[in-house]
Amino acid sequence: MEIARPEVQRFTGSADGAIKAAAGGLSFYYGAVNALRNINVPIHEKRVTALIGPSGCGKSTFLRCFNRMHDLYPGNRYEGEIRLFPDNTNLLAPEVDPIEVRMRIGMVFQKPNPFPKTIYENVAYGLRVRGERARRVIDDKVEQALKSAALWDEVKDRLQSLAFNLSGGQQQRLCIARCLATDPELLLFDEPTSALDPIATGSIEELIHKLKDRVTILIVTHNMQQAARVSDYTAYMYLGELVEFGRTDDIFVKPRDRRTEDYITGRMG
Amino acid sequence: MTLPAAISKRLATRRGRVLRECAIEFMLFLAASLSVFTTLAIVYILVSESVAFFRHVPVIDFLTDTQWTPLFDDAHFGIMVLVSGTLVSSIVALALAVPMGTIIAIYLSEFSTPGIREFAKPLLELLAGIPTIVYGYFALLFVTPILQWLIPSLPGFNLLSAGLVMGIMIVPTVASLSEDAMRAVPAALREGSYAMGATRLQTALKVVTPAAFSGIAAAYILGISRAVGETMILAVAAGMQPNLTWNPMEPAATITSYIVQVALGDLPHGSIGYQTIFAAGLTLMLITLMFNILGHMLRRRYRESY
Repeated sequence: MEIARPEVQRFTGSADGAIKAAAGGLSFYYGAVNALRNINVPIHEKRVTALIGPSGCGKSTFLRCFNRMHDLYPGNRYEGEIRLFPDNTNLLAPEVDPIEVRMRIGMVFQKPNPFPKTIYENVAYGLRVRGERARRVIDDKVEQALKSAALWDEVKDRLQSLAFNLSGGQQQRLCIARCLATDPELLLFDEPTSALDPIATGSIEELIHKLKDRVTILIVTHNMQQAARVSDYTAYMYLGELVEFGRTDDIFVKPRDRRTEDYITGRMG
Repeated sequence: MTLPAAISKRLATRRGRVLRECAIEFMLFLAASLSVFTTLAIVYILVSESVAFFRHVPVIDFLTDTQWTPLFDDAHFGIMVLVSGTLVSSIVALALAVPMGTIIAIYLSEFSTPGIREFAKPLLELLAGIPTIVYGYFALLFVTPILQWLIPSLPGFNLLSAGLVMGIMIVPTVASLSEDAMRAVPAALREGSYAMGATRLQTALKVVTPAAFSGIAAAYILGISRAVGETMILAVAAGMQPNLTWNPMEPAATITSYIVQVALGDLPHGSIGYQTIFAAGLTLMLITLMFNILGHMLRRRYRESY
């Protein structure tokens, strides 16, 4: 907290709204490769924060620190911290169980990755993993989650058919519903529309816009128009460093850093 | 060289190339047909000799008679006697190989470090390279005495010991093929499960195993085929007396061990005893075929599309 708060002040200029999470002095290593260097950034509660930057800048690496996905592979190492509020837990602390972290933080991937199960079971997965057995509770949560992901009307008559039969855009909304069913506090999106056509992309963006009323969202995107459309805050990353963070309107209209300006005007990246 | 001559020369080389291509294609076709024709020839021999057999023995008797005494004066030809031995020994083998193979596959694919996997997998596959006659004597001289110590009433020849050792023999096949299928499951699917807060075991059982189901089913089917067709272990350790039983603690002949037994004797060519070999062989082939078709259906039913 002592580390995170002053940074928050410096970046935003004002403390508007609550902070859901904050990275403080975060560095990350893939073996000997230093992929992230001293990242400090706040994530505002019930707002959409976009991470932009050229390929290889570390934005996905940064995103995957939040739910400790790097723990799955040997040789990865974190330094610094990511605090999750209001309980002020350091997500990266070795004594914090990554499974507990992932129970609180959902993630939607680049390519839709539904499980080889029915639509219903895909959404129920998180509940079952958490040991929920009551049929009525699961039915209810599945319906709510599918409605929140704007998928209910399309699938309500075929909940028992395989998720693979859905279109790409529907699969991605299913993956979002899968996360929503367990009421995450923070939702991570890793380029969620890069495998989708423009219409499916539009519906996902619309969904993200609606979801921010109930959940804090962090989204990695390659597409700057997308960042401008969906996010309230934007962080620009370059070569493993956070170059600039601020309100999306400010970043896109009057970036303070020359490198940010070069990137968003298309001179680089 | 005039212009038309140059063109015709180029055409000539092209014709040569086409001919060469045709020749190669023909050779490849021959190589491919060889295996098909071998299969057809085997089926032809089995069927034609069996037809001669079924002229003497009605199919109903073959399927329902409870005795198998083809070489006695009072000859009976109840194939179920041999089928029971084959099925009981196979079930014992699979009861060991399927759970153990699956557990090993899950461990190697989802839990072990790459170092352990690199070390364990070749070692496991070494098991598959041991000649089955060695397994047979291992069953007879090592496993049976241990089992007899546990179950004093167990006879020296029995289906249980042979089946268990056959199971050990099949474990590497099931484990190795299942592990290949599990490792082929895309990392994105695993990450999706972990990201939902699942543990390793939950991910392995609820996501990876269903996703790899078609490959795992193929591994099981191959295991079944090997168990049903296994000969030496049963010939050595299970005794060769025809015995209609569903009790693994008894000695019994299987289809394969019967064929070995009769093929070693000096049966006159064309005699009824000689023809039983082919009728038994045909039965064995039909059983294996049935499982292969079942496996094929399972694969189609559960084929995943990433």
